[in-house]
Amino acid sequence: MDVLVCVKRVPAVGAEILLTADATAVDTRHLGFTIGPHEECAVEEAVRIAGRTGGSAGVLTVGPAETEEQLRYALSMGADHAVRVDAPVADPQPEVSAAAIASALRDLPPYDLVLFGEASADAGHAQVAFRVACALRRPVVGGVKGIEPGSDTVAVRREVGDGVEVHDAPLPAVVAVLEGLNLPRYPTIKGRLRARKARVRVLDAPSATGGLRTLRLRHRPDARAQTVELGRGAAAAPAVVDVLADLGVVR
Amino acid sequence: MSPFPDRAQVVVIGAGIVGNAVVHHLARLGWREILLVDKGPLPDPGGSTGHASNFVFPVDHSREITQLTADAARQYTELGTLTTCGGIEVARTPERVQELHRRMSSARAWGIDAELITPAEVADKVPFLDPAPVLAGFWTPSVAVVDPLRAGELMRERATAAGALTVSAMTEVLGIDTDGGRVRRVRTDRGDVETEYVVVACGVWSPRIAALAGATVPLTPAVHQMIDVGPIPELAATGREIAFPIIRDMDPLMYERQSGADLEIGSYAHRPILVDPDDIPSLAAAALSPTQLPFTPDDFDPQMEAALELFASVLDRPDAGIRHAINGLLSLTPDGHPLLGETPEVRGLWSAAAVWIKEGPGVGRLIAEWMTAGAPEIDPQHSDIARFAPHERTRAYVRARAAEGFNKTYGIVHPREQWGSDRGARRSPFFEREQALGAEFFEVAGWERPQWYRANEHLVAELGVADRPHEWDARWWSPIINAEHLAMRRGVAMIDLSAFTSFDVRGPGALPYLQHLTVAQMDRPVGRVIYTPLLGPDGGFRSDLTVVRLGEEHFRVVTGGADGARDRHWFTTHLPADGSVALHDVTSAMCTLGLWGPRARDVLAAVTDDDVSDAAFPFGTARTVHVGSTPVLALRLSYVGELGWELHAPTESGPRLWDALVEAGAPHGLVPAGIGVYGTTARMEKGYRLMGHELDAEHGPVEAGLALPGLKAADFVGKAAYTKAREGEPEATLCTLTLDGARDRAGLRRYPQGGEPLLTLDGERIADRRGRPSYVTSAGAAPSLGTHLLMAYLPPWHAVEGTGLLVEYLGERYRVTVARAGRRPLFDPDDARMRG
Repeated sequence: MDVLVCVKRVPAVGAEILLTADATAVDTRHLGFTIGPHEECAVEEAVRIAGRTGGSAGVLTVGPAETEEQLRYALSMGADHAVRVDAPVADPQPEVSAAAIASALRDLPPYDLVLFGEASADAGHAQVAFRVACALRRPVVGGVKGIEPGSDTVAVRREVGDGVEVHDAPLPAVVAVLEGLNLPRYPTIKGRLRARKARVRVLDAPSATGGLRTLRLRHRPDARAQTVELGRGAAAAPAVVDVLADLGVVR
Repeated sequence: MSPFPDRAQVVVIGAGIVGNAVVHHLARLGWREILLVDKGPLPDPGGSTGHASNFVFPVDHSREITQLTADAARQYTELGTLTTCGGIEVARTPERVQELHRRMSSARAWGIDAELITPAEVADKVPFLDPAPVLAGFWTPSVAVVDPLRAGELMRERATAAGALTVSAMTEVLGIDTDGGRVRRVRTDRGDVETEYVVVACGVWSPRIAALAGATVPLTPAVHQMIDVGPIPELAATGREIAFPIIRDMDPLMYERQSGADLEIGSYAHRPILVDPDDIPSLAAAALSPTQLPFTPDDFDPQMEAALELFASVLDRPDAGIRHAINGLLSLTPDGHPLLGETPEVRGLWSAAAVWIKEGPGVGRLIAEWMTAGAPEIDPQHSDIARFAPHERTRAYVRARAAEGFNKTYGIVHPREQWGSDRGARRSPFFEREQALGAEFFEVAGWERPQWYRANEHLVAELGVADRPHEWDARWWSPIINAEHLAMRRGVAMIDLSAFTSFDVRGPGALPYLQHLTVAQMDRPVGRVIYTPLLGPDGGFRSDLTVVRLGEEHFRVVTGGADGARDRHWFTTHLPADGSVALHDVTSAMCTLGLWGPRARDVLAAVTDDDVSDAAFPFGTARTVHVGSTPVLALRLSYVGELGWELHAPTESGPRLWDALVEAGAPHGLVPAGIGVYGTTARMEKGYRLMGHELDAEHGPVEAGLALPGLKAADFVGKAAYTKAREGEPEATLCTLTLDGARDRAGLRRYPQGGEPLLTLDGERIADRRGRPSYVTSAGAAPSLGTHLLMAYLPPWHAVEGTGLLVEYLGERYRVTVARAGRRPLFDPDDARMRG
């Protein structure tokens, strides 16, 4: 089975997110870049499916040349080929990204399964997978935490409330996955060296404009990290237990 | 949390390993009301201590660094935070094998157990290493891994238990107020603290914090990349943080160490990545920590390939992933040494910065002793933050040298190696003329000084000077030096000494002020030239220099270029508060030419109408003479053992002085000579000692053979210790040794360079009763004696003329003989030539 994973270059932020002076973007001067946790799981899943089925695991992104860093990261995790749809920014509007990916998928050899992360780690629009599927008129399932590929269909599992939904979708299909789908592997040294030398196929993006415009980003009032001293030594134990209980780590 | 105090005896900023060690030792030495603040949380506030590799390799070519590391290791051990694992520096190239031999020499000199081992022995100790690319290993059993965060906690606990320490984490320093050039107050977001002392132990943030007080800490944060690869079952199976020796793969400039189930790989090979202190993210905004910046994988790829060459058996596995990868920040300085001591700009503002984990607790003790007693036990000469000339404290200089120095971290650095970046900062007025003569410029404190002149190349054949056959011995050296030396002894030479640092000291308090700082009697007639040691409080050398009495209340102090900045700080901090002494640095105002040789008087007489006969201008005196219309302060003294003068002229008149001497000197065979002659060959033939080589805080004038016949009545710094030393027998005596025709196994003549250990004929290491090792403090040719000289301190039982010893140089041992125990020169022992 041939699987393609669509990933997005996003800043790796700390607890406090700094904004640019005009507050329209995250200030990335001191930040590195990564792909979101949903997408890491998507890459891991693609590599596993390709390995299991004797197929291929491709990775695609939309953006300028620096986004190839994220493609190479996915390659070092085991993806075997990479495509970059050239675009001036790594964070176009969802409509634009979807149009670029849909256009690329028409140019590229056919894939059986196109995976997305449920939503990007920065903007979080959660639109691109669905827009791509609509444009290509293919089935799409979101919020997926289990994938079982068949010969003509793919069975996907999503958690809803206290139950589980299982869907069968005819191939080719589009699936947006959630973190927890699997435990992504770390890149290996050999993988990294292979990724460094790998060729990235670059496609042109269609000219398209989206309907969304970023006016301003705002911090949530409580978004600033605060350090609270819970106590010292053994006396702090009850307070720590309370915090862990609040977080749901212990009951 | 304890209340934030409004006054403290000392505020230490930064709770990394250094700050914690400083408060611990200050408390131990009796300081109270110590306040330790850090912007971050404890125990890991987010600085470099929190992500360091934490290993301790004890051997360094620098004695000072080795001493600090040894002290730190003792403290980590005592705190129970040190795990000995051993370490091996491996060589993949013949040049590196030679360097490992040099490491062996340093290990032996400083008394650290080490051994050169074969590739098979390397693989025996580290079974997952492929020895095929390895030529040799330098095995140091005492290499260890430490836990600096735990050590820091314990040190804080001790200081707190002593009732001496208040700790305030999550406290940001907003300002440091000064008054009259002294620290008065630290302002923080938790309140203001009145204090007389501040210690900046802020690692990569130190420049920012010191700047709040108007001081500079010349370091730059720089990236050191490291990754963790795992899990590796063989490592996990040990159940320990580290069970195998650490490998330093020296040629690709990297290391590998076990870290639990992972192999940590670190690199000093990538391009220098310098970061501005203002660009370090805050704790909250950083993805990992402020000093763990995003990994830039492209820079590390060559290291991965190198790592695979040695460790494929554990790294090339599908399950072993790169689990952690950072661009860790560390502090780089222009010369690679730490920045310790009181800042020259602000009294009471101390720096304890640019320190590796392996030195941290040692630096803490050193700073605390220095603040308490005025001098630490370990001589901080090469780490003193006051060592930098003004241009060396600029951002541009620091970044240029740090960028150049980064890849030298694991590099092979020749002892005479010159820096390439930011050269030409200070040029004497003779520079263009020297350039035209093909000068090979060496640098001191930014000054460009001719080491030798290619224009003198013809003298090599003419005077029959031999070349050095081995490339290492001949690197950064030329036989022209020896030829210039012989030409000076035969006729006359002139030497550019404009790098001298000069101070004018004036005022009604000038005499008592200088008396207080110097060993020699300063109350001499106007016109006298006085050589004097300067001592620290414990009687060790702080400096040695020349003082000229120019008037009843006017003195000129002339000291070396290399130590000029430190000397300036020393002189400045001792100025009386009553304003009775004015000190002016006149270095830039004066240029200096040395004119020496049997024909020097003929040359000087030809350019001046003043009487320069011995009767009119005797040795040890100074006078102003007129060379044409240029007034020149002439000092009749010599560091090369010849008749002649130092000629000090206004900088702008330098070219005229040079031209006049060249013209008048031509009939007398005048040659320009470089610092190779002045600083090494002629100096060593005369047995003259050099600050930073023979002279250091560990030795006083008695042991150096520089005790003066009389003891002046006036009190002076170090007098008590000096007086006591004069009354007893020295524990060591500075000796000059001759190398007796050393040839290596290949039959080549060899020339030790300095720093090598001296051994008995049985190959035993030599140290005196105080544990101070005998090693070569200076080495150089003696062209007029036809030999190669070494200087070294020897304990009394070896400091006997005629005693045979060995010197270990690059893996071989050569026979040497004690030719002189004490001060008397080997060349012209009665000084007849310079008194002529």
